[in-house]
Amino acid sequence: MSAGRYTGARVGRVEDQRLLTGRGTYVDDIALPGMLHACFVRSPFARAAINGIDTSAALAAPGVRFVFTAADLNPDVKQQWHTSMGPASPETPRPPLADDEARFVGDPVALVVAETRAGAEDAAELVVVDYEPLPPVVDYTTAEHADALVHATHGSNVVGELAGLPASALDEVFASAAHVVSETIFQQAYAAAPMEGRGLIAQFTSATGEMTIHAATQAPHEVRLFCSRLLGIPEHRVRVVMRDTGGAFGQKVMVQRDEMCVMLAAPKVGAPLKWVEDRRENLLAAGKSRQEHAAVRMAFADDGAIQGAYIDFVQDCGAYPTPWPVMTAAAVGMLFPGPYRVPRAGFTAKTIYTNTVGRTAYRGPWQFESLAREVLLDIAARRIGIDPVELRRRNLLHSDELPYRNPNGMTYDSISALETLEQALEMLDYDAFRAEQAAARGAGRYLGVGTSSYVEPSTPGYGSYGTEAATIRVEPSGTVNVYIAGGSAGNSIETTVVQLTADALGVCIDDVNTIQGDTALTGFGAGTAGSRSASMTAGAVAETAAILRDRIRAIAAHRLEAAVDDIELSESRASVRGTPSISISFAEIAALAYFEPYALPPGVPAGLEATARYTAAVPSIWVNASHVCTCEVDVLTGRVQLLRYIVSEDCGPMINPSVVEGQIAGGVVQGIGGVLFEHLAYDEAGNPLTTTLMDYLVPSAAEVPAIEFGHIETPSPGPGGYKGVGEGGAIGAPPAVVNAVADALSPFGVTITRLPLSPSNIVKLLQEGAP
Amino acid sequence: MTDQAIAITVNGERRKGRTEARTTLADFLRDELALTGTHVGCEHGVCGACTVLLDGEAVRSCLVLAVQADGADITTIEGIGPEPGRLGPVQQAFMECHGLQCGFCTPGFVVSVTSFLAEQPAPTDDEIREMLSGNICRCTGYQGIVAAVHRATELIEEATA
Repeated sequence: MSAGRYTGARVGRVEDQRLLTGRGTYVDDIALPGMLHACFVRSPFARAAINGIDTSAALAAPGVRFVFTAADLNPDVKQQWHTSMGPASPETPRPPLADDEARFVGDPVALVVAETRAGAEDAAELVVVDYEPLPPVVDYTTAEHADALVHATHGSNVVGELAGLPASALDEVFASAAHVVSETIFQQAYAAAPMEGRGLIAQFTSATGEMTIHAATQAPHEVRLFCSRLLGIPEHRVRVVMRDTGGAFGQKVMVQRDEMCVMLAAPKVGAPLKWVEDRRENLLAAGKSRQEHAAVRMAFADDGAIQGAYIDFVQDCGAYPTPWPVMTAAAVGMLFPGPYRVPRAGFTAKTIYTNTVGRTAYRGPWQFESLAREVLLDIAARRIGIDPVELRRRNLLHSDELPYRNPNGMTYDSISALETLEQALEMLDYDAFRAEQAAARGAGRYLGVGTSSYVEPSTPGYGSYGTEAATIRVEPSGTVNVYIAGGSAGNSIETTVVQLTADALGVCIDDVNTIQGDTALTGFGAGTAGSRSASMTAGAVAETAAILRDRIRAIAAHRLEAAVDDIELSESRASVRGTPSISISFAEIAALAYFEPYALPPGVPAGLEATARYTAAVPSIWVNASHVCTCEVDVLTGRVQLLRYIVSEDCGPMINPSVVEGQIAGGVVQGIGGVLFEHLAYDEAGNPLTTTLMDYLVPSAAEVPAIEFGHIETPSPGPGGYKGVGEGGAIGAPPAVVNAVADALSPFGVTITRLPLSPSNIVKLLQEGAP
Repeated sequence: MTDQAIAITVNGERRKGRTEARTTLADFLRDELALTGTHVGCEHGVCGACTVLLDGEAVRSCLVLAVQADGADITTIEGIGPEPGRLGPVQQAFMECHGLQCGFCTPGFVVSVTSFLAEQPAPTDDEIREMLSGNICRCTGYQGIVAAVHRATELIEEATA
């Protein structure tokens, strides 16, 4: 393989030209002939029996074609399981439309289909639902013992529990420790809130039995498989197409009930049926994340060495989690020791149903392990009387200790825990900041610094996530098309694949085009999830390109009368090593391959196209980072101003540093938002309070500092040494920000254990903490 | 509901159409004129994705009714560049600085920044962040966008030098 010419470089994105000129194709940009529009009637009650639905007035409204209720759509469900979970997973029963009972405010109760979206919205107001309000289960911290049940058939509001070593196994460790630090730490609900909401157009053609779906999704093949099973349409007759998805962050990785309804309605409607949710629906019904707490404790030796760690974790999964959330909860427990030398650990992890919107995947679904651990470490440092950075230095894993098996059985390798923290601290000049902080305190200003370090398993190498395919065609003209499941959702995967392919084949990057997001053209791939795209597509491209390189070099050697081993591929030409003047272009080679099949060397097939499927070699690729944040807190108003934000990350060699930094920055700002601003709030009756972007506050440029990046490159055991980097920013940021604020407020004796750190909450903390 | 006839100039072209009085300019541009580059991200004037120029002023087209724009001169993202297939300085700067990822919010940012730099060709970093706070991006963390505004000032200066 020739040295990377494009990989590693800040190559400009191939997605940009269309997106910058308004020529992207998001699902709402697609208008099909005869297309009809859907709008949901949604429950205004957190929990209510549905005693009847009168659709007559809605059906009589202008332009209305259909009004569907549960009785119309739900009986058509054949199967409804997500590929990565399998048919046997103990999923929550998911009626597409609420039948006997509405279980959260926003629960879809009826589906109105009209000639325009406005007409459908008007008619939705005319659907009369006979609701009988029931007492809702709103607070997940008391739900376990509530009289009311979210799902009566489940028999309990506890979805499931998993555990590691029992707490009693660590009794001796905690009893004999020099220091034991315990706290209960809460994180509020927040939402992915992609700029584009969910949406799809489903078109069933009865004459051919084919379903075509245009979708806003991270995983077009998952949408296809799900639809196939849901309606019993053979998979090869379902085609899912996505070109541009306007952000997803986990929310669009799996099919939810609203999308099921549109799929089920499409054959009945007999026309393309579009549903694109508005912002209110997105914040009401597309799913929440976080909303969890844990009692956490750590035991320390006299010198600060961690001797044991235990976490009792509880998460709220709403009424209809997607998918089954119990495993993710266990991951919080298993990863709680983080990148530290922790000899003994254990956990419990419990998941609770409530009458609120369902939990969905969101960037770093188990990030609470880092939040709880890192916040507890800072609290511990203050109580023990040691600098929090010094406490971490004494406990972070050193590279020469790897591979390291954490006490829950997770074996880390290829990480650089201590190195990233030291690099980030050096970028800050930690000692200088401490001096500045002391001087500022003397002047009545409260500065703080917080760090966080984490290790994360990226690129799941098991089940449906464990493989990825690429098809590469060197076309008859010598230009190249690479087909991969992929699909642009903000992750720059088109650019990544083009870079990888250009280098893998030795062609000029302008000669490479990529086709993605269409299940009719690409082989199965599980989509963008688990920070898997970089490593998996690199593997798929490398395996496929290797097949073509062999054939290209054989044809070139034959034509140039040279030995195959002497043929080099570079800049879309094959040349003889040491004699670059003897060469042949890819265009000439392709013309031979397609148009003169009888002139090819023996054993080389005609054409230049190949497909191969990469299978992950390891169950996960570990990736780590350290974040350092500084801030100033106005102790009168509670306002937090972030001053500097530094990330030192180890994602192995970078395919494109701009893409890596863009992913980290985006994740960091979502994490900052989660700590300081964002709160998907409900009142005590289960009414959502934040269904507009005036109420659900995401950060703007004015609240965000410049983010500084440090890179450490420890190659992974995967293709190219690459690691996943999509989620890490959102994992590392929350604890760094919390710790910075807590450090700023340390003169006031304040202990932060509840989020968000809104100005009013900070002022309240200061009042409570005041001696 | 009765439709009303309106005529607007969009990206230099005279366009006529019929619309309900309640239809927003954003929906009219997207649904009636098939100019789908203007995106609707919140429908209530917060996110800025739907920003267009109306008689030279940046407005949120989700907060303007199409009938209010009757007779106006509108520039959308499709018309912000010098000619089809070529990027203007703000677009070029966004590309160079990794100022976009999923691209959904991007048209609103490009139009807002174009309008801002026409008024204020040499802004400070704080002024840039203050101006950008009227648009929301969920992908980039704003790092590339802030850099792109700085870069755009250079490109505009080079072009007019």
